[in-house]
Amino acid sequence: MSITATTVRDWISAYAAVIAENRAELVKLDSAIGDGDHGTNMDRGMRKAVEKLEAVEGDDIGALLKAVGMALVSSVGGAAGPLYGTLFLQMGSASAGKEELDLAGWTEALEAGVKGVQARGKAEPGDKTMIDALTPALEALGSAAKDGADLGDALRRSADAAGEGMRATIPLEARKGRASYLGPRSVDHQDPGATSSHLLLEAAASTFE
Amino acid sequence: MKKLINEPDAVVREALEGVEAAHGDRVRVTYDPYVVVRADAPVQGKVGIISGGGSGHEPMHGGFVGPGMLDAACPGEVFTSPTPDQMLEATKAVDGGAGVLHIVKNYTGDVLNFEMAADLAKGEGIDVEAVVTNDDVAVQDSLYTAGRRGVGITVIAEKICGAAAEEGRSLAEVAEVCRKVNGQGRSMGMALTPCVTPGSGEPSFELGEDEMEIGIGIHGEPGRFREPIGSAAQVVERLATAIVEDLPFESGDKVLAFVNGMGGTPLIELYIVYRELNNFLSERGITIERRLIGDYITSLEMAGCSITLLKLDDELTRLWDAPADTPALRVG
Repeated sequence: MSITATTVRDWISAYAAVIAENRAELVKLDSAIGDGDHGTNMDRGMRKAVEKLEAVEGDDIGALLKAVGMALVSSVGGAAGPLYGTLFLQMGSASAGKEELDLAGWTEALEAGVKGVQARGKAEPGDKTMIDALTPALEALGSAAKDGADLGDALRRSADAAGEGMRATIPLEARKGRASYLGPRSVDHQDPGATSSHLLLEAAASTFE
Repeated sequence: MKKLINEPDAVVREALEGVEAAHGDRVRVTYDPYVVVRADAPVQGKVGIISGGGSGHEPMHGGFVGPGMLDAACPGEVFTSPTPDQMLEATKAVDGGAGVLHIVKNYTGDVLNFEMAADLAKGEGIDVEAVVTNDDVAVQDSLYTAGRRGVGITVIAEKICGAAAEEGRSLAEVAEVCRKVNGQGRSMGMALTPCVTPGSGEPSFELGEDEMEIGIGIHGEPGRFREPIGSAAQVVERLATAIVEDLPFESGDKVLAFVNGMGGTPLIELYIVYRELNNFLSERGITIERRLIGDYITSLEMAGCSITLLKLDDELTRLWDAPADTPALRVG
């Protein structure tokens, strides 16, 4: 079993739906330590991404992911636009021309995406950002491969690791983004960016199932 | 929540349509993507200056588009950074062959989107320099935060850089003036009430009747300190002390003093703030040579104010006094 263009399309649709469902929750998390627009912005961006994907023909996974990235860059705004946009654009570059991704291919794409996010946003693990969900998810893929897990199992372990990373942001003091202005007052809140990143990987795992 | 709007989702577009209807003689507005451009742009041979940011801070930035100030502004959704495609369109629209300066407030979203836009514009062969403003002394500038926010000095920088560009200075020179203004300017703000974004309909934070937030930004985010409310004199003492000690401003300095309303504070109160600021500074031997009082960089209907001081020299004073003709600020 591998990830195909159809899986990617389904994943993006599933993520758009889950973002719409969680829009109010993301707004609430962001209001506590940011400016309260994360749910609204991601919802607007993912609607746009789904719309753009429909217009992209063919089975080139790279082209699909790049279309998603461009849609997010030009419609989300805030910090999330460039960061999620970069994630998908880099994933797209890493999978350009491919019609299927096995575990190694998916890991390579996600790694390129996460590296891109770090280069753009300059966040390190522990800064209370989306990196705190993405990095453990990427590491879980690596250890799943070592254990000889199949792709579905690896995606599940990756989503669970992202969830743990997301919950681990609660006691952290923010060091990047608008939440960092609050200093110690950012403690005891779950990071909205880590939350939307967990939802992204959760959508990947459940789509593949 | 009570608001004079039609549709929460249409607030930015409808406000822009109002701007175009009111000021179509001076600016043109494009809607896909949103850009407010000086009517006679691009001005051949002049450095173009653009800025942008979330909406909800009016008149910044769209109100400052016109001769002597900005060539274009990119409005985002309310409190949300605009996107790189807007900034690219604005950059192309104002490039008169001398390059384009991006004035960017230090907020993560604004910085990241402008960085992507600068990459795209350079790819199309346009010279771009970006200067990031970060004058808010309420935020500690350390490795452990996103750095100081760009607030009141941005308005002053747009005016002064606009004048420098009209004089025919090069992109490098206009950018240098911008860095100088930012380097010699400091700000701090406070709020008596939160604000309500049209999208959420909820107050951006909870504040008791007898409390105030010191060290707020301009996006309805809570401040650095929550304290029992004080008099205008106490508030000015609190803000101005932090500002003066930070640069520091010293006896003998000449300054531009900018008392800014956050959107929901009457002018009568801003003048009381100015009175207190004038007393505070004159006790320290600091002279207010120029001043700006009113709502210029706001946070929707938030009640409160910010104070910005800029250390003046002959060059900056002359550029401040140069003519500007924009919908929200006219000089000369």
